[in-house]
Amino acid sequence: MKTLPVPPATVTPDNAPFFAALQDGRLDLPRCDDCDAVVWYPRHHCPACGGSSLTWFTASGRGAVYSFTVVRRGQGEWEAAAPYVLAYVELDEGPRVLTNILTEDPSQVRIGARVEAVVERGEGAPPVLRFRLGV
Amino acid sequence: MAQIHAEVALGALSDAGLESRDVDAYFCAGDAPGFGPLSMAEYLGLRCRYMDSTEMGGSSYVAHVGHAAAAIAARKCQVALITLAGRPRTGGPPPGTSSAADLAPEGPFELRFGMTIPAAYAMAAARHMHEFGTTSEQLAEVKVAASLHAQHNPHAFLRQAVTVQEVIDSPLVADPLHRLDCCVITDGGGALVVVSPEVARSLPRRKAKVLGHGEAPKHGGDGRLDLTYTGAVWSGPAAFGEAGVTPADIDYASIYDSFTITVLETLEDLGFCAKGEGGRFVSDGSLVAPDGRLPFNTDGGGLCNNHPSNRGGMTKVIEAVRQLRGEAHPAVQLPDCRLALVHGTGGSLATRMGSATLILGQEDA
Repeated sequence: MKTLPVPPATVTPDNAPFFAALQDGRLDLPRCDDCDAVVWYPRHHCPACGGSSLTWFTASGRGAVYSFTVVRRGQGEWEAAAPYVLAYVELDEGPRVLTNILTEDPSQVRIGARVEAVVERGEGAPPVLRFRLGV
Repeated sequence: MAQIHAEVALGALSDAGLESRDVDAYFCAGDAPGFGPLSMAEYLGLRCRYMDSTEMGGSSYVAHVGHAAAAIAARKCQVALITLAGRPRTGGPPPGTSSAADLAPEGPFELRFGMTIPAAYAMAAARHMHEFGTTSEQLAEVKVAASLHAQHNPHAFLRQAVTVQEVIDSPLVADPLHRLDCCVITDGGGALVVVSPEVARSLPRRKAKVLGHGEAPKHGGDGRLDLTYTGAVWSGPAAFGEAGVTPADIDYASIYDSFTITVLETLEDLGFCAKGEGGRFVSDGSLVAPDGRLPFNTDGGGLCNNHPSNRGGMTKVIEAVRQLRGEAHPAVQLPDCRLALVHGTGGSLATRMGSATLILGQEDA
């Protein structure tokens, strides 16, 4: 399988716990103490209710494909990676996250397909959360 | 780039029968170089008492018309100039790339996966197909209608009429979107002048009247993104409500057409058909002028005519004004276009976007 780029990302106080957990192989997400919403993308306040008390927890790393596309023409460093699968995955905890589905055969990907998290590491960049088709 | 802003500004003012010294309000968006309205006011030699640089991507200029009308109603200004220009074809970065995006809070969660603009719209199309059974053939009908109009426009970038099969047979860019589902990338610009009723009465040129305006952002909220609808579900009712009309009253529509799916979702969200019925709505020639149920984008739109600065809102307003003035190409001019709708889609469809809707009427409306 072709490897995908691991582009840089700016670590901020809002997202540092997410990337620290990912570095340890965990998918951690913030949950609002007031309204129970699982907040995506990670931040220090709840966009659903305005609450500012959130607690990080370890998510299952499982979900299902909400939508996807096979990108035939990538830009920049992604040009050589094409074709690759770009997708929104709905985590079992609720959020729909933008990601890649790692697969030898993009034609195997379907909306609704079960997927599981893969943590990919690169040089000089925080790890990136991707998924592969689940069994 | 600034020069194109100046050329279109002078062209629009001249068309209106005005000069740059008459302008007392200036509107521009993210395509304006330098310090936005400050740089441009100096470059254009404007003495303004009102400025607005609302940036919502390609829909900005549709929103600016509403903002200008509101500012005029509040007696903040009398003659508002709105400009757009860009050279994405012969210079500048590819669509959808900007250094500012890296610093946005969503950046670390969205910029690491090889996202492209067509891919974002492709995922909306894929989900729409999944939920409603929309087909590639139905999406292609949007391009076919635009191409039938563009063949009459000598300035169109793509003037050749195409068939559904030709759209389907064009290469996939991001599944399920083909090359011919995508708008063109062209250089160019456009400008609008919005004036007070008093100034309007003094001008010889036939006018269009702003009857209603609505705008809304749509975003992922708390992470439960839904790709099947757009901000038009809010901007549309606001504009229709202000104008006191309904979708059934609209004679002509300029619908933002960055991609075929953009048009399909927008038609549903504006209430021209029920949610999920967009594919069926566009399939029987509904969008083809002059006889379709809802003729759209009679200049050929972004799909065939132009998409200057990768921002299609400006040209959408301009073609609607042509229809209301009776100055569209005779082959696509509606016999009596009394009410026109303009809809702009900025940002990324259904994902993080700015929607803006205008209802325009003839000057006696």
